[in-house]
Amino acid sequence: MGVISALGLDQQQFWQALAAGESGIGPIPNDVGPVAEMGMNQVRFKNGAAVRGYDADTYFSRKTLSFMDRFAQFSVIAAREAVSMAGVEWTDELRESAAIITGSCMGGRFTEEIGYWELFHHGRHRVHPLTIPLGMSNAGASHISMEYGLHGPAYTISTACSSSAHAIGNALWMVRSGAAPLAIAGGSEAPLFLGGLKAWEAMRVVSPDTCRPFSANRSGMILGEGAAMLVIEPLDRALARGVKPLAEIVGFGMSADACHVTQPSAEGAARAMRGALRDGGLAPEQIGYINAHGTATEANDRMEAAAIHDVFGAHTAALPVSSTKSMHGHTLGAAGAIEAVATILALRNGVLPPTANYTAPDPECELDVIPNQSRVAQAEAALSQSFAFGGLNAVLAFRAWH
Amino acid sequence: MSETIQARVLRVIATTQRIPLEKVKPDSTFEELGIDSMDSINILFDLESEFDIEIKDEDAKKIRTIREMIDGVTYLVDSKQNPSAQTATE
Repeated sequence: MGVISALGLDQQQFWQALAAGESGIGPIPNDVGPVAEMGMNQVRFKNGAAVRGYDADTYFSRKTLSFMDRFAQFSVIAAREAVSMAGVEWTDELRESAAIITGSCMGGRFTEEIGYWELFHHGRHRVHPLTIPLGMSNAGASHISMEYGLHGPAYTISTACSSSAHAIGNALWMVRSGAAPLAIAGGSEAPLFLGGLKAWEAMRVVSPDTCRPFSANRSGMILGEGAAMLVIEPLDRALARGVKPLAEIVGFGMSADACHVTQPSAEGAARAMRGALRDGGLAPEQIGYINAHGTATEANDRMEAAAIHDVFGAHTAALPVSSTKSMHGHTLGAAGAIEAVATILALRNGVLPPTANYTAPDPECELDVIPNQSRVAQAEAALSQSFAFGGLNAVLAFRAWH
Repeated sequence: MSETIQARVLRVIATTQRIPLEKVKPDSTFEELGIDSMDSINILFDLESEFDIEIKDEDAKKIRTIREMIDGVTYLVDSKQNPSAQTATE
């Protein structure tokens, strides 16, 4: 698996920061977007979880870059790390049938916005000829397919903040059913551009300082950017070629709230969680860690705490739950994948990442949130939860592999 | 003056919420008018345009009634017209 985020450019940096409880949240660079005059001085909030120290030229040729929005670049970078770590050897047969499923909420709107800026602000009459291929949400999947010459099933799922959890869940089911012998799945997002930030500002859900999930004085979410990709294959196939799996992905549950476009429902979330447990053949008591959706909005955190109590009952008291969004921010369509990586690393290392920036318990979120410091604990199995605007929920279940 | 502001606030609420103006009273509750949190954010957005004011997130979060909307808008409009009166009204 591979990951690029505010916590660093690869998986090792990501885990180091998570285990140390270090947050990647800080001021969004003022030249956000490729046009300096579209700057942060026009936005009420100042902080985000931006990828820092990233130089696209060290990853891609100039010619390739001219065909890639920032979100697509992140997709390929994460896929490269995942494929290299998994030691995948591409045979003709594998290239014919391996699947690629990516998730993205906003796709290449970063690029689209440059076009709008030219049209509506500068009054120009034309936009860049590659605006369409750079803007499309499936560009991540397409560029991964071209990177490795993969000719099998490849598509993109866009379910807002659940996008990449849905992508990974679909990949699990494709691989389990035999529809594909291997899948590259995950998600990518680059939402730190002026129009997008203004849209989040208008919803009044973004924190003026930092992300404090489940904390009594939380002040809203922090937007982040990045990508994560997993390589998923049948266990016997992985063992036969002599690689050590990072974890077993065992269950996927999804549901729709069907009630409100922005107010989440605990009942809907609980149905997705139960679905993941059932699909993974897991009893609630086997779950030793939950990587929560934990956006640090009042609506999410209280709903999610209620859903966890509903599904786990008395076991909730012995069930550590953390939101790593407190460190890598809310990466929207990449969140499910980045948090799946955090969950897998927690199972693999026997260390549970904390909820950072936590200051005071909220009586309506009665959970063991692993406040501020990671904890040495070997969970047998874990859930990674994603609950999207529009009421679309996706929960993944993983089991430690030893 | 504040009478006019009240009438304008009620009109914006009725228009944004798509309900008859006569239903919207200064003492109506959000529940009576079917206003949920997202509706409230929509109304505040339209009030900002109507009065050319900026309502801070922390103030927006506290608003639970129509009366608070009227009082808040009145305060912001007064502050805008007479910046020196700001501390006095507080």
